[in-house]
Amino acid sequence: MSTGMRMSARTSHAQPSRRSGPRLNARVTRALWKIGVVAAVVAMWEWRARAAENVYFPPPTAILARMREAWFSGPFTHAFLTDEAIANFPPSLGRMFGGWGLACLAGIVLGVALGRSDTLAAFVDPLIQFGRAVPPPTLIPIFLVLLKADTRVQLATIMYGVIWPVLINTIDGARYIDRLHDDTAQVFGLTRAQRLFRIILPAAAPKIFAGLRLSLALSLILIVVSELAGGSTNGIGYELLVAKSMYDLAGMWGVIVLLGLLGYLFNASFLLVERRVLAWHRKQSDPHTSER
Amino acid sequence: MLDVINLSHTYGAGPQAHQALGGVNLHVAEGQLVSVVGPSGCGKSTLLRSIAGLVRPTGGRILIRGAQVDGVPDDLAVVFQDYSRSLFPWMSVGENVELPLQRRGLDRTARRAAAAEALDAVGLGNAAAKFPWELSGGMQQRVSIARALAYRPSLLLMDEPFGSVDAQTREDLEDLILAVRGHHRMTIVLITHDIDESVYVGDRVVALTKAPARVAGDLQVDLPGPRDQIATRELPGFVHLRAEIGRLVRGKHADLLPNLLPNRSVH
Ligand SMILES: Nc1ncnc2c1ncn2[C@@H]1O[C@H](COP(=O)(O)OP(=O)(O)O)[C@@H](O)[C@H]1O
Ligand SMILES: [Mg+2]
Repeated sequence: MSTGMRMSARTSHAQPSRRSGPRLNARVTRALWKIGVVAAVVAMWEWRARAAENVYFPPPTAILARMREAWFSGPFTHAFLTDEAIANFPPSLGRMFGGWGLACLAGIVLGVALGRSDTLAAFVDPLIQFGRAVPPPTLIPIFLVLLKADTRVQLATIMYGVIWPVLINTIDGARYIDRLHDDTAQVFGLTRAQRLFRIILPAAAPKIFAGLRLSLALSLILIVVSELAGGSTNGIGYELLVAKSMYDLAGMWGVIVLLGLLGYLFNASFLLVERRVLAWHRKQSDPHTSER
Repeated sequence: MLDVINLSHTYGAGPQAHQALGGVNLHVAEGQLVSVVGPSGCGKSTLLRSIAGLVRPTGGRILIRGAQVDGVPDDLAVVFQDYSRSLFPWMSVGENVELPLQRRGLDRTARRAAAAEALDAVGLGNAAAKFPWELSGGMQQRVSIARALAYRPSLLLMDEPFGSVDAQTREDLEDLILAVRGHHRMTIVLITHDIDESVYVGDRVVALTKAPARVAGDLQVDLPGPRDQIATRELPGFVHLRAEIGRLVRGKHADLLPNLLPNRSVH
């Protein structure tokens, strides 16, 4: 098109960016409130636990001291991690993220294939419904017999347990693609790769991400379960077993607190990524929301 | 270029069946710009979707360059009526326009340049980095027009492409379409419910009846070129055609038509 047919740009007004001062204040106030509530609950816990002097319910300060001693009193060069932490955290987290990652990959690939083919999905649906109804921990004994090595048992348990939310959500997301998006892709002759990576996956992304987040939380639960029941010789779940065998109550509570913190951290990090990747989705549904 | 032969289409079956097209015949020559005008709900979009291979008509045939349409033809672009759902919200405006250009054999820089040029032509030269949902409805519609223009199809189908833009932009876009076909040999079928517009942009106006749609009349637009938004619209020929098509679309005096219309297509 030549400049001769250029038309004037009179109607393109840019939208002003919306990141204003009053909103910032509101955010700070809300953050302070959240911290305040947590602090109040912990303080109450500390007070009640000290008053009760019950060995089964050590006060938070005792739990934190035990956690520090066991895991976070290492040398500076090891990021303050103790040998015990180094021996047990990486194997657990490695298996967890390994299993989660593999399950997500498999879930997305299978989910897109099933979501794009109604016939295939209809045939496989009963299998999926059956598969996801089986509680993953019940499979641990079978995996133990079949796989023998402990890491593989844990990987299998996690993968089996966390694939379902990803698979089911991906099927759902890939199935319901706006017909006009499909038509547009056809009319402009988009290649298969373009359709997959530029249309189907982004269109299904909001659903897929919901599945990924759910399965991330599940994978933390399952790593502990599989270490408790799967005959593991290291890992965070194994630490719980050791603490239990030594009647180390503060140690047991420490593992619980650690798991809670890890779950919170993983979820928060995931949300951070999700917000970036799905910014279009959030803002499209409500263009007036500001960056949160 | 394009032949529509006795095309009929019925949605659904049984008591809920709705016949949208009742035997449409149409021949469009290479390079022609044909306006198709008809009352809303008469089956215009159905006609266009059939030509694009998106609807498999229940009767009749469509030929493009003599080959029967079976599936979506190559080298075709469509500006959909529902422009906002036709743009991909996860891509920037620029990416939306560039996406189809990959298979046109353009490399990255060439694609970017072609997209920028097309966006510039519709007056959105500085919106490439924005997302569709950041733009007004009229601007989104222009993006979808830019996407089709950048693609440089040999057949361009437009379904009420100027439906939601303000009057001024609408005139600009009408002139843009006229300019585009001056520069590139594109065959264009433009659907509209606006009679004035159909006459102003068309080499020919095909009027459809109410559903089930048939061709009520097919009029050659013999107005002196280059068209001008004000001067052309005051020409006696323009005023006459407009009245003629108005009558056709409303279905009055339909019985008189064959005598009045020398160009009525007969197949
Ligand atoms: N997918 C569909 N299923 C059933 N009926 C449809 C469908 N699409 C359109 N119709 C009906 O067919 C008729 C013609 O529709 P359409 O071609 O969109 O008309 P126009 O574009 O002229 O307004 C309308 O009555 C509409 O309700
Ligand atoms: Mg329509």
